[in-house]
Amino acid sequence: MLDFSILTNYFDMYMEGFLNTLKISLVGLVCSFILGVIIAVLRIVPLKILNFIGACYVEFIRNIPLMIIAFFFYFGLSIYINMSGFVAGTIALTIYTSAFIAEAVRAGIQSVDKGQMEAARSSGLTYTQAMRIIILPQAIKIVIPPIGNQFLNLVKNSSIMAMIAGMDLMYFADAIHEKTYVTFDTYIFVAMFYLVITIPLSLLVNYLEKRMARAY
Amino acid sequence: MDFAGAYQAGNLMYMLRGFAVTLEVAFISIILSFVIGSLLGILRYSKIPVVSHIVILVVEVIRNLPLLLIIFFVYFALPEIGIKFEIKSAAIVALTIFESAMISEIVRSGLNSIEKGQIEAARSSGLTYIQTMRIIILPQALKRMIPPLVSQFISLLKDTSLAIIIALPELLHNAKGIYNGNINYVIPIIILAILMYFVVNYALSLVARWLEKRLDTNRRNSAKQGKVKNTAASGGVSI
Repeated sequence: MLDFSILTNYFDMYMEGFLNTLKISLVGLVCSFILGVIIAVLRIVPLKILNFIGACYVEFIRNIPLMIIAFFFYFGLSIYINMSGFVAGTIALTIYTSAFIAEAVRAGIQSVDKGQMEAARSSGLTYTQAMRIIILPQAIKIVIPPIGNQFLNLVKNSSIMAMIAGMDLMYFADAIHEKTYVTFDTYIFVAMFYLVITIPLSLLVNYLEKRMARAY
Repeated sequence: MDFAGAYQAGNLMYMLRGFAVTLEVAFISIILSFVIGSLLGILRYSKIPVVSHIVILVVEVIRNLPLLLIIFFVYFALPEIGIKFEIKSAAIVALTIFESAMISEIVRSGLNSIEKGQIEAARSSGLTYIQTMRIIILPQALKRMIPPLVSQFISLLKDTSLAIIIALPELLHNAKGIYNGNINYVIPIIILAILMYFVVNYALSLVARWLEKRLDTNRRNSAKQGKVKNTAASGGVSI
């Protein structure tokens, strides 16, 4: 049986890690959403060079492991620029996730009928206005479920912070483990803390996906 | 930064040896998780009472946990209840557990994207359930599943780097081993490792795109012949 005294005795440490994981995920989500939208727009504006830069970014980041991006910032750049594991990890998560969000947003924008852009342009809106007022609001709706999925990944991926002293749930788990010397029970509770965030989130994403599917 | 020193022959060999472990672990895990994931996906799809429910529960729990935690758990926690693996097997077991759960979802939504009418038609023309699955449903679903499957395999290859937590001597672990000794090597070695990961994964993603395009034209051709309803195209399959 599980030894629940580990959970009660070290509840404060679990909670601190849990809240940090939440914080990292939320900050990462906001930052990577902003960066992702910018990259997605780069990929679709009618300017070849910007399209190319956007495509390079997405292809490059999507094809390398998150952990190595985190190492690059924490072990590499920190030689020249002083940064904590928390900052380095959050930057790495943001860069990594933004590439996936950019792809989702681009697909969303391109799924809006081309005629809408033409209609908006011919009624006198500039490209930027048409994007901002007509296309993006419609695209966002389509994009919400895949972004929910990316947030789910972000929460799970934030565990790599443990490797760079990022003070997240996995990091605190290690600290608790050093006191209890019981691996199995300590980490089962860690798993439960993750599931508390991820299970409701994945149910929500499922629900949104179903609703979107019905809308068409 | 000392690029010349970082890229001396001994270091490069050590990195390549790490990369070989990365590819080996990824390859074995891809094969295993494809087989197990397909079985789980079919079990979920076929809605056998109790069995399907247990599969759903297990798959959902695993999918919603960080892989890093699973790898750590398999290597460090399972021995406490008498299940011991050496490092490489632990990495393969953990990757297989996690990726099977992910792949089962791809397989299930691929199967779901095939119209139910096809099963009914096949059954009423006298095929058994197993025959229907094997001859009618699986071949069509497999086509739609290939692009998301390849993306999942790319993910798996990237995810092998998480096994650094149990000191599997893969690429990232060996890279860290080299630059730990010399601060001037950090950035050159990390850049080289990034490039090595990128080349293999990008090649894989080109294969995925090529397959996607090929399968798409197939679909368009058959749509012309009126065989596939376009509304069902790539229905529930998301990457």
